[in-house]
Amino acid sequence: MKARKRLTDTLIFLLLLSGAVFMIAPLLWMLSTSLKTREAVFALPPQWIPDPFVFVKYREIWEKGPLLSGIRNSVIVSVTVTVVGAFTSSLAAFSFAKLRFPGKNAIFLMLLGSIMIPYPVIMIPQFLMFSHVGWVDTLLPLIVPGLFGNVLMIFFLRQYLVSVPETIIEAAKIDGTSYFGLFSRIVFPLMSPAVAAQIILWFMGLWNDYLAPIIYLNSPEKLTLQLVIANFNANYAIQTDYPLIMAASVVALLPMLIVFLIFQRRIIESVVISGVKG
Amino acid sequence: MIYGFLFVLPPVIGFAVFGLFPALYSIYGAFTDWDGLGRMDFIGLANFRDIFQDEQFFKAAYNTFFLMIGIPIGLALALLLALALNRGIPGTTTFRVIYYIPVISSLAAISILWSWAYNGDFGLVNQFLELLGIEGPNWLSDKTTVKPALILMMVWKNLGYTMLLYLAALQSVPKDYYEAAQIDGASSFQSLWRITWPMLKPVTFFIVVTNIIGGSQIFTEINIMTPTGGPEYSSATIVFYVWQKAFGNLQMGYASAMAVILGLFIFVVTLIQFRMNERTSRDY
Repeated sequence: MKARKRLTDTLIFLLLLSGAVFMIAPLLWMLSTSLKTREAVFALPPQWIPDPFVFVKYREIWEKGPLLSGIRNSVIVSVTVTVVGAFTSSLAAFSFAKLRFPGKNAIFLMLLGSIMIPYPVIMIPQFLMFSHVGWVDTLLPLIVPGLFGNVLMIFFLRQYLVSVPETIIEAAKIDGTSYFGLFSRIVFPLMSPAVAAQIILWFMGLWNDYLAPIIYLNSPEKLTLQLVIANFNANYAIQTDYPLIMAASVVALLPMLIVFLIFQRRIIESVVISGVKG
Repeated sequence: MIYGFLFVLPPVIGFAVFGLFPALYSIYGAFTDWDGLGRMDFIGLANFRDIFQDEQFFKAAYNTFFLMIGIPIGLALALLLALALNRGIPGTTTFRVIYYIPVISSLAAISILWSWAYNGDFGLVNQFLELLGIEGPNWLSDKTTVKPALILMMVWKNLGYTMLLYLAALQSVPKDYYEAAQIDGASSFQSLWRITWPMLKPVTFFIVVTNIIGGSQIFTEINIMTPTGGPEYSSATIVFYVWQKAFGNLQMGYASAMAVILGLFIFVVTLIQFRMNERTSRDY
């Protein structure tokens, strides 16, 4: 019986291993291509270990396209939105969870309903709104809406807060703290693990966003990173400079990969919880 | 409590200004000949009439739904992997992380990568096929292979996420169920079919619905991998067509009408999910 289990376990391990190889192989191949010279890409039979092994493309990408400004713009958008948006979202979540005011449930349901409105439905009027105020080709349309809070984040933080005992809140109220003080000094620190996890997920979503930036951004120096690499692809594929394109893509992928590897346990936990709740 | 109200004001304003107002405007715009430059005259159902005679729209809709074939494929593979991971063999956490890496990778970068991977002469996919003695086609230029190619990429990208959800669901099945079944003499296949699968129904439903909603809005991959909408428009999706019409041709009324149709579809799907959720929670 034990031998049978051992055998099945080994087979299963091999299955998982081949699956893992399938997952990673394209990414490794991307890395390998990025370290080749333009001509070496067309070698037959194809090489996985570049020969010659060159870093030259990683130098060229900074000159051949607005990569640096792309990174800068992506950072500006992602950081600003998550920092301010986390604040507004957690404040709102606190209010929904712990404070009382008329129409609270109705308002909460209404906000939840907004999740059902898909972006393609609102993207055209939003574009016209922003072009009316002259914000096209700036980062503002990507930043400003997010500052008002993220409904999903509010939803999760509220769930999280509901389990915080009322006694702490009551105690602070008796002490005479303002509601805002209550929030900043007691409730927010209590929420911080949940907030942190949500921030990471939100940040990654913003960093990887493509549709909204492509609608608003035109000038090369205004593009966010994802657009920059898409342009690399569009411009240099014709010249078959695939190592260059791959190098740029690696640079675009790397930050989030690192973030993920550092925070992977938290991220995976969050994802699982949201899936189970859904 | 004024404060309670004040604290929720920002998201409410955000919703009103950036959510509700544009949505209503879109719905209104769908009934006009809006061109985004100033003209916006009411034309009734003309846009909708034209859409239902628009071959490109039907192609885009067909493509969008065809691409959803990937959903059951991904589901089956993810379940298989989750069952495998659930056995608690060494390396589980590492596997989980590795499988999730494509999920967090930027869709733009992944699309670029797979564009190159599908290259007819030097791409990774055809290299691999050559090992098996098969000569692969020029995947993204051939109208019969472009959609399967996209499906494969999308399955690859989302496998880790679906697997994670299934793994969590599997781990929440009480062990005593299986023990009781074993005492009663059930085979492992029977356990799988009679215990595991029913317990996975809610999560499966959730995955299918969210994938349908997400799948109906596919844009980035198409825009990067087949910028013109594919050979004979065989890979363009609905959102891709909407984007073309709105920002390329400035036919914003027409595009809004399509977006409204899409929105309606998603609304109905979401409603179905809510109803199903309520029904399953009542069963317990």
